[in-house]
Amino acid sequence: MRLLIRFILLQNRQGKTRLAKYYVPLEESEKHKVEYEVHRLVVNRDSKFTNFVEFRTHKVIYRRYAGLFFSLCVDITDNELAYLECIHLFVEILDHFFSNVCELDLVFNFHKVYLILDEFILAGELQETSKRAIIERMSELEKLE
Amino acid sequence: MSGMRGLSVFISDIRNCQNKEAERLRVDKELGNIRTCFKNDKGLTPYKKKKYVWKMLYIHMLGYDVDFGHMEAVSLISAPKYPEKQVGYIVTSCLLNENHDFLRLAINAVRNDIIGRNETYQCLALTLVGNIGGREFAESLAPDVQKLLISSSCRPLVRKKAALCLLRLFRKNPDVVNADGWADRMAQLLDERDLGVLTSSMSLLVSLVSNDYEGYSSCLPKCVKILERLARNQDVPQEYTYYGIPSPWLQVKTMRALQYFPTIEDPSTRRSLFEVLQRILMGTDVVKNADNQRKVYAMKFIDAFFLFAHLLGIVNNYICTCIYIYKERDILLPCHLIQYFSHVSLDLLYGMCDVSNAKGIVEELLQYLSTAEFSMREELSLKAAILAEKFAPDLSWYVDVILQLIDNAGDFVSDDIWFRVVQFVTNNEDLQPYAASKVREYMDKIAIHETMVKVSAYILGEYGHLLARRPGCSARELFGILHEKLPTVSSPTIPLLLSTYAKLLMHAQPPDIELQKQIWNVFKKYESSIDVEIQQRAVEYFELSKKGAALMDVLAEMPKFPERQSSLIKKVEDVEDTADQSAIKLRAQQLPSNALVLADPQPVNGTPPPLKVPSISGIKLDHESASQTQSQPNGDLSKVQSQIPSADLLGEMVDPLAIEAPPVDMGSHQRVYREEDGIPDEVDGTAIVPIGDQANKVEPIGNITERFNALCLKDSGVLYEDPYIQIGVKAEWRGHHGRLVLFLGNKVTSPLTSVQALILPPAHLKLELSLVPDTIPPRAQVQCPLEVMNIRPSRDVAVLDFSYKFGTSMVSAKLRLPAVLNKFLQPLQLTSEEFFPQWRSLSGPPLKLQEVVRGVRPLSLSEMENLFNSFRVTICPGLDPNPNNLVASTTFYSENTRPMLCLARIETDPADRTQLRLTVASGDSTLTFELKEFIKEQLIAIPMGSRALVPAVPVPAAPLAQPPSPAVDANDPGAMLAGLL
Repeated sequence: MRLLIRFILLQNRQGKTRLAKYYVPLEESEKHKVEYEVHRLVVNRDSKFTNFVEFRTHKVIYRRYAGLFFSLCVDITDNELAYLECIHLFVEILDHFFSNVCELDLVFNFHKVYLILDEFILAGELQETSKRAIIERMSELEKLE
Repeated sequence: MSGMRGLSVFISDIRNCQNKEAERLRVDKELGNIRTCFKNDKGLTPYKKKKYVWKMLYIHMLGYDVDFGHMEAVSLISAPKYPEKQVGYIVTSCLLNENHDFLRLAINAVRNDIIGRNETYQCLALTLVGNIGGREFAESLAPDVQKLLISSSCRPLVRKKAALCLLRLFRKNPDVVNADGWADRMAQLLDERDLGVLTSSMSLLVSLVSNDYEGYSSCLPKCVKILERLARNQDVPQEYTYYGIPSPWLQVKTMRALQYFPTIEDPSTRRSLFEVLQRILMGTDVVKNADNQRKVYAMKFIDAFFLFAHLLGIVNNYICTCIYIYKERDILLPCHLIQYFSHVSLDLLYGMCDVSNAKGIVEELLQYLSTAEFSMREELSLKAAILAEKFAPDLSWYVDVILQLIDNAGDFVSDDIWFRVVQFVTNNEDLQPYAASKVREYMDKIAIHETMVKVSAYILGEYGHLLARRPGCSARELFGILHEKLPTVSSPTIPLLLSTYAKLLMHAQPPDIELQKQIWNVFKKYESSIDVEIQQRAVEYFELSKKGAALMDVLAEMPKFPERQSSLIKKVEDVEDTADQSAIKLRAQQLPSNALVLADPQPVNGTPPPLKVPSISGIKLDHESASQTQSQPNGDLSKVQSQIPSADLLGEMVDPLAIEAPPVDMGSHQRVYREEDGIPDEVDGTAIVPIGDQANKVEPIGNITERFNALCLKDSGVLYEDPYIQIGVKAEWRGHHGRLVLFLGNKVTSPLTSVQALILPPAHLKLELSLVPDTIPPRAQVQCPLEVMNIRPSRDVAVLDFSYKFGTSMVSAKLRLPAVLNKFLQPLQLTSEEFFPQWRSLSGPPLKLQEVVRGVRPLSLSEMENLFNSFRVTICPGLDPNPNNLVASTTFYSENTRPMLCLARIETDPADRTQLRLTVASGDSTLTFELKEFIKEQLIAIPMGSRALVPAVPVPAAPLAQPPSPAVDANDPGAMLAGLL
């Protein structure tokens, strides 16, 4: 059966992982290996090529924002463009939430990033596409803390 | 970040570490600290616990193993307060996966949160289960989650999470959602107004119907309504529009869901859907020049497109649909969309090109060429060249395009392309000075591609003298500029340059002594070249040039080429299937203005071929070469002989006994079989039974076996053709599924009746052919989709039993369908770190089989690489230290084996290319055996290169037929050779 997003990675150019979320069960060692390989795959790819690369038996959709690479691993038959825009929407949400997001925001508030992601994607599927709904939900949650 | 100073300090510390070593020390210190705290301090405050758990997650993210503290993370789930609970849930779902035992401990706590009244806790619990819930969760939680999803008292926030959580549980155990009980509720969910809940519910629906659409038909009209609502932008809150487009993701998902339903029965729903799809495909909501919006539009377009094609039953017949869309929209897709569409759009552009837009399209292709993926460039350049030739508004433009093509992508321009431009220039006198001046301009560039050197040398040699009066174009200057390039070219180009020099010398008027001296020096230098061709030309031109007048005769201008069909177009037409051809022809005709009409039959070929009345009755059935030789009335001997090894080897090779029989014998060998009758059946399950021998007077056009063999390596082409009908195939493969479309084209002006198509499936394939109409109207084409599912590895072949009536004669044929083993392979390239552990772990039979294969058609290593890649077994270069060996990998898909990695190693003997040692390994013994046999067949048969190289196959001196043994024989020369390597 189709599983949409298998994992989401947010890595910087040096390969430091800033966010890693897996929707398929992987062992620790396997996760580290995946992160290493995906980084190697996207970091040196020429910008004039498409944002889609085959990865093992799947494909990785990635997009670069400044020094950060957002990568999604999906099924070969999935609609790449939908995921590419997904990444962009996620970045817009982060940008909105942190007002002008930069890598440092994501480093020091990594737990917030996980929270936002959980509102955005669940079970490897897109859950909510309204920026406003997610931002409002985040402020609700912040009040509880 | 309030209140977690410790965490911030730790992150800062890590950031300040100068190197990896320092970072490791800091991390180890922290881990030690956390471990001690967890161990000793039972009364750890929730705050501290929370802080430590966050730190663990951070350390984990840095790439360090965190092998303790899982218990603490899980225990936070049952903490009474939100902040701790939240941390517990998030960190647990990051650190653990569904296979961890600790997670089972949490089921009860999670369930309590789900059925509890606290909405926030419900959300946390649903998120955890949705992200990492396993089978046990599915069994114990599904009913509770379903309740939340349909509860009217729950906020949308909870319900959308419940929908996706249920989706996860369904994936883990499909039994938890039962269509009988759930379909109505699912349909109700689709009435939802909140687009967040709707998005999640739609994902759930896609998953349910992709598993089995039965029972969910009540959801169909609702999906169409949703699509209408979005496409018309009715009742869509601003926050759900993305770059002006109402929730494009929901649109995509909805269209995906619709694609899983085979048909739409209700006519009004069908009509509404067509209207809405038309709306989407026309892109009326797209503002010109809004870049972002166009990208978003593209993403919808793809799915709308597939759905559209699906509904029309012209599955993936891109071009037809595209021409239609294009004509309706009357705009070109912008370049960046083309990049997204990649191959699809290339077909699209190619198909919709005509005189009016050719210039734009070709220029677009040229521009795209420089940024395209390498794998596409050859096809791109070929197509650009053909379009330029077919639709050139004037010939000078054509020359411009080809030269630009060579300049941009010389590596990908095949010889055919530059031969063709030379032909054109030679045949059109008015073009000659233009072409000469144009190539002269290119020669001024610092680095030019070798192909450009070739074209330029040829054209300047022939027509350079036409430029003599222009500055920089005297014979001596032309020689100078060409000769500069000589050191950079490879040896096949040098003879061409020498000819050019001779011609320049001849054309130099008045005779130029200085030039003569220079050119003679060059000739002298190459007189002793090791390359025979160069040597011969140098010697001969040198001698000739001393003779004066004789030189003029010998080196006179090349005569015009006889006008013939472009080899390029021929090349492409060989490749393309009937559908594409008819699509190209469609262009000239009036296009239907209504989408629905497109599904109607279209004429296949412009003119019916002359009817032939064969003098000898006989059916050329399928792949039997014997029957072929028999049924060829005037088959001359040489032709027959050259066909024998190529045409039937694949069929032959399935039968192990025949492998080493000398090819010449095969004809008779087969004939014997035929006389005994029925025995060929055992070859591969293809029943070759003569049907209505006497009545059947129709001979197929072309060689059916060759057609089949070619289709085994590509996905579209002609399967069968006779004077009345042409059967084309277009296939698409995804994992263990495949979809073939048969294009049945009536070539004549009277209908073909009693059309019957029956599939005889082998045991390992599940095949479903859609309804085949009884009659094919005059000059019409019908399309019959065929669904294929691969259950387990096998080399057996499915057979199409096809028959029809023309007038009073019954014609029938049994055709092998190209749903063969390699179609279920997915190319995969491994690195040495990935390859070797796998290779070692699969040790010995039956998972790893080795065999020395003899009688292999000699191939150079690079040809062999191409062969392997062509049947989707990817060569991994550089993995084997021995340059004579090849290592390859691929993934095989079938229902039984799941995606299965397959590895292969080929050890060749440079001294004797007719033998090699083949080792194949995979995690499934049947697969290993079947794949090994398959590769062996390919190596021996090689359907592609059957033409010129065949005589090179050494005929073993009549060895006795010997069944190949899977085990390696120690005395076998192949094994010994392997030992040496």
